[in-house]
Amino acid sequence: MKNRLKVLRAEYNYTQEDLADIIGVSRQTINAIEKEKFDPSLPTAFRISKLFKLPIETIFHFEEL
Amino acid sequence: MKIERKKNLYNLAVWTWSWVATMAIAAFGPKYIWDDHAVLTALAVSVNFVHGILMIIANRRLFNNFDELQRKIHLESLALTLGLAVVVGLSYSLLDATNIIAYDAEISNLVIFIGLTYLVLVTLNTRRYT
Repeated sequence: MKNRLKVLRAEYNYTQEDLADIIGVSRQTINAIEKEKFDPSLPTAFRISKLFKLPIETIFHFEEL
Repeated sequence: MKIERKKNLYNLAVWTWSWVATMAIAAFGPKYIWDDHAVLTALAVSVNFVHGILMIIANRRLFNNFDELQRKIHLESLALTLGLAVVVGLSYSLLDATNIIAYDAEISNLVIFIGLTYLVLVTLNTRRYT
């Protein structure tokens, strides 16, 4: 799954650590999501969407393999 | 969340060490401390058992406090460790039963194998997502 998390985080001037603390996950999880090595759970995706005030589908893009 | 995780990790470390310590007392106490007194030996084994249960509870608390990625890493590592422990453990036991190995298959060897396998797999899986 593609995502714009790194770009949005930069726009808001958050470090990975800041974002991890706000969302309630580890910094490693934010890093793995940004590198698209790990897909977040639905609650985490909703928290990210709420934080950046954007719909989930504009942050995460599902791509059929 | 971080503070709670540190607290849970600290609790697990405390209970693990106390479990190891009570295991050592239960293993060596009968011979070196209380001269094979049956009641004291039974008491030492019971105390060790209770500490083991408390260690498991502490581990469960830590696990439940993990976030989704950490949980995935540990679950994958646990699944592989369990599978390998069963397969390797039974093969090891068969080698002993068929006298292919000259010594007895000790459970402690399997415990060491499980511990090292889990450690290696958690490290590898953590690297995979970094």
